[in-house]
Amino acid sequence: MTAKDVQDVLKCRVLTGEEFLDREVRSACGSDMMSDVLAFSKDHSVLLTGLCNPQVIRTAEMLDIVCLIFVRGKKPDDTILAMAKERDLIVMATGHRMFSACGMLYQAGLRGGAI
Amino acid sequence: MTDAIVLKYEISPDDFTRAGEASSDVKGKLKQMRVAPEAIRKVAIAMYEGEINMVIHAKGGEITVEITPEQIRMILADVGPGIPDVELAMKAGYSTAPDEVRNLGFGAGMGLPNMKKYTDTMEIETELGVGTTITMTVNL
Repeated sequence: MTAKDVQDVLKCRVLTGEEFLDREVRSACGSDMMSDVLAFSKDHSVLLTGLCNPQVIRTAEMLDIVCLIFVRGKKPDDTILAMAKERDLIVMATGHRMFSACGMLYQAGLRGGAI
Repeated sequence: MTDAIVLKYEISPDDFTRAGEASSDVKGKLKQMRVAPEAIRKVAIAMYEGEINMVIHAKGGEITVEITPEQIRMILADVGPGIPDVELAMKAGYSTAPDEVRNLGFGAGMGLPNMKKYTDTMEIETELGVGTTITMTVNL
């Protein structure tokens, strides 16, 4: 699916990277622990997190994550969004809780990495 | 054999917001050099975890990255407290990071295991009260 499909499923607000919404996404990962995210390494992935600090953007950068979704209505500040913009990252926000957001994407056909 | 390209970074302590800047810079430079994406990814992840460790556990330090056509070598040298039990520190899930670090999304005890996982070789030299030097290589 594309980042646009993800946006539709979760009814996300796009905070930056609107121009990249046609990018393909192939898997997803949901966590508030960045080290756990770094242990998981897949191409073209979506990261769902409730953590809201600059290290989320850096983690996404190191893993070449396509699309970052802040769950539970978290709002990243301008510094975080500017960092994301610089890295051509799509950032969205949804009011859904982590569990629900992951479940909705799974139901829509997106999968996590192999264990 | 051509000479190695050497990059050096000072890692400042107690500045968690800036942690990762060096790894980010290396990633950009490797991309410009058209290094294979999978190798860039390994280097970026391993170095980033190491850089975070230097900020969390040590009083900063220095990272040297040597790039040759055969491999990328990262040397992370800090002047921190040293690692009392390396074997224990290598265990997935073992962490000595304080709670405030955990609130920032790190300290899950995955740092060193991730560094090992994403590199071809990793050596840890550590002395209590003196510091730790971690040398990692990724083959190209």
